[in-house]
Amino acid sequence: MQPIAQPGMQPVATTFFFYFLSGLTLVSGVLVITRKNPVHSALALIFGLLAQAGLYLMLYAPFVAGVQIILYAGGIMVLFLFVIMLVNLERSRKEEQFNKQWLVGLVAAVALGALFVVVYVKGKNLFPNHIAQPIENSNTQQIGVMLYGQYMFAFEIASLLLLVAIIGAVVMAKKRI
Amino acid sequence: MLDYVTSYLSSNTTPGQAGNVFWALVYIMVVFGGVSVAVMAMNWLERKALAHFQIRLGPMRVGPHGLLQPIADAIKLMTKEDIIPAEADKFVFWIAPLIILCASFAVYIVVPFGPTHAITDLNIGILFMLGVSSLSVLGIVMAGWASNSHYPLIGALRSSAQMVSYEVAMGMAVVSAILMTSLHGLGAYGVGVGTSGTGTLSMIGIVQAQQEQHVWFLFKFFPLGFIAFGIFAIAMVAETNRAPFDLPEAESELTAGFHTEYSGLRWSLFMLGEYAAMIAVSSIAVTLWLGGWFRPFPNTLTGDTWDLVFSLFPGLTFLALAAFAFVGVARMPKHPYFRVQTIGLAGFGAVLALIGLLLFAPPVRDRIQDIYWFVAKVGGFMYLYIWYRATFPRYRFDQLMRVGWKVLLPIGIGVLILTAVLGVVL
Amino acid sequence: MAPIGTLHYLVVAAALFILGVIGVVTRRNVIIILMSIELILNAVNLNLVAFSRLWGLNGQVFAIFVITDAAAEAAVGLGILIAFFRNKETLNVDEVDLLKW
Repeated sequence: MQPIAQPGMQPVATTFFFYFLSGLTLVSGVLVITRKNPVHSALALIFGLLAQAGLYLMLYAPFVAGVQIILYAGGIMVLFLFVIMLVNLERSRKEEQFNKQWLVGLVAAVALGALFVVVYVKGKNLFPNHIAQPIENSNTQQIGVMLYGQYMFAFEIASLLLLVAIIGAVVMAKKRI
Repeated sequence: MLDYVTSYLSSNTTPGQAGNVFWALVYIMVVFGGVSVAVMAMNWLERKALAHFQIRLGPMRVGPHGLLQPIADAIKLMTKEDIIPAEADKFVFWIAPLIILCASFAVYIVVPFGPTHAITDLNIGILFMLGVSSLSVLGIVMAGWASNSHYPLIGALRSSAQMVSYEVAMGMAVVSAILMTSLHGLGAYGVGVGTSGTGTLSMIGIVQAQQEQHVWFLFKFFPLGFIAFGIFAIAMVAETNRAPFDLPEAESELTAGFHTEYSGLRWSLFMLGEYAAMIAVSSIAVTLWLGGWFRPFPNTLTGDTWDLVFSLFPGLTFLALAAFAFVGVARMPKHPYFRVQTIGLAGFGAVLALIGLLLFAPPVRDRIQDIYWFVAKVGGFMYLYIWYRATFPRYRFDQLMRVGWKVLLPIGIGVLILTAVLGVVL
Repeated sequence: MAPIGTLHYLVVAAALFILGVIGVVTRRNVIIILMSIELILNAVNLNLVAFSRLWGLNGQVFAIFVITDAAAEAAVGLGILIAFFRNKETLNVDEVDLLKW
């Protein structure tokens, strides 16, 4: 079994990088939901996704970080920017940005947040501090073995899902079917 | 403190793996400076080589044979007026060149100049390089959008569609090369079990897999490695928006495309990012197929004499360049107006000769081998880029997309399947 | 300062989740709503990867599947947006009320 890592074994820079990256993620999240211009929101989301890839690297998940950069920041956000450029309206920028139920929605979200806080405060001792996978040299190989062995069925279904999504998006965005 | 600095010198890993921040910063500065100098040299070489292809001389006046032309260009661009279009989105307009620059330069932390001469060796090296270089598409889209005018918008849309399409073909070619790292046999058709064959995504690991299998992946499974390399070579030219795939930034078609509205220093940032991206994808090609930092024929021409012969190449290269400079000095007109240029060229030749002689000294000679061969192969690719620009006519945009999706991608998938089948069978 | 443990990452993920929920419930622009959904998915991914550090690689594999599904969903959602925008020239979800009684 893996040895239990002592709390004092972390290098000093971990704390700084954690607060920096998570601060960047949260600030970009706030900017996404408050900017009037969708292009500014997309730009903030790109920075948030890149900061989150940094957080994945800190959690010893380099492959997920790489996939996040390639797919999310380099693929999905390009798609968003294309669509924003295609459908941009001058009129939408002068309208109200928050809808009529904003207060109720905010209260509901804050209540959900309070629920999270209660869960984490009461269950603080449920999250042990030991690390099961401290070694990251063979992370990609192990994920590959699991993807093609244990999760083969889900892998094939995911590829089928992507095929359906491609066909659906092409059909819906066509001018004449 | 001092032993923190000197303790690294006796280790044989990259600074990232040794966790040594000081030496990592030193390597970053060296690589950044090297790439900047390479971009300026590439600028000069492109203008001179294109001119000679077109039977004219190119810049000759600014320095001897135009050697100071890039510096003059840089000064001109820095002192130009900075124009921002009236209705442009100022923040996005400002940040677009920065995104392209950061994305193009961030890939250099995993480029392997030698077995320990990289800034770091990430476990996911090749994935990181492909991913971060795909972030420059975002910069182009934002540059076209923020300029708030028709030509940049169309140029940006075309350019980003082209880059995204050819990234898929690049990915297929890269995957078939990565597949070859996990093979067991030795030699071009790897029969039987010779190596331990664990596949790896790290850049240094890929070159070491080529060393263990005693073959460059270019020649592995003979036509397959070559076709995969060919797909990558074509896709990388399209990925960096260079001729013959440069419709989005062609002057006669779109008045300079997505960087139309950028002037002065901002435009030079785009060019810097473009050349840096060219060097980065060339180094991917060299690492994956051309054996990285290994000298030619590492297994057929073995032995101490051949090692000595190949280790003389760096010095000989610089001495040859110095000889070219002195031939140029001899051919200068004997007019008093040309005296400064003659002296300058003779001085430049003398500096090159000195560097060449320095590279003959045995301690320097042993250490410079890996870096020299890597840079020489990347330099070959840079010359190929200039050659393509001088020779091929431009692709029309629909032809470009057809080649990317209907020609390169099916061939790439076919090569991948055949490589996998051969890898299992042999 | 306490060393960074799992709970720190879970708190960040919860905060991102709340921000995403606020964005979905409060904004009128369809594209911003889709981007807030991406924020929610990212919060879930961070949670999964934080737990996978404790209990094995299954969390990371699940996170990869979530990213793939997010890509498919963004593509389909934006396709619907384009189709709708072609009919009614607006990006306001409050005006998607053709079935209102």
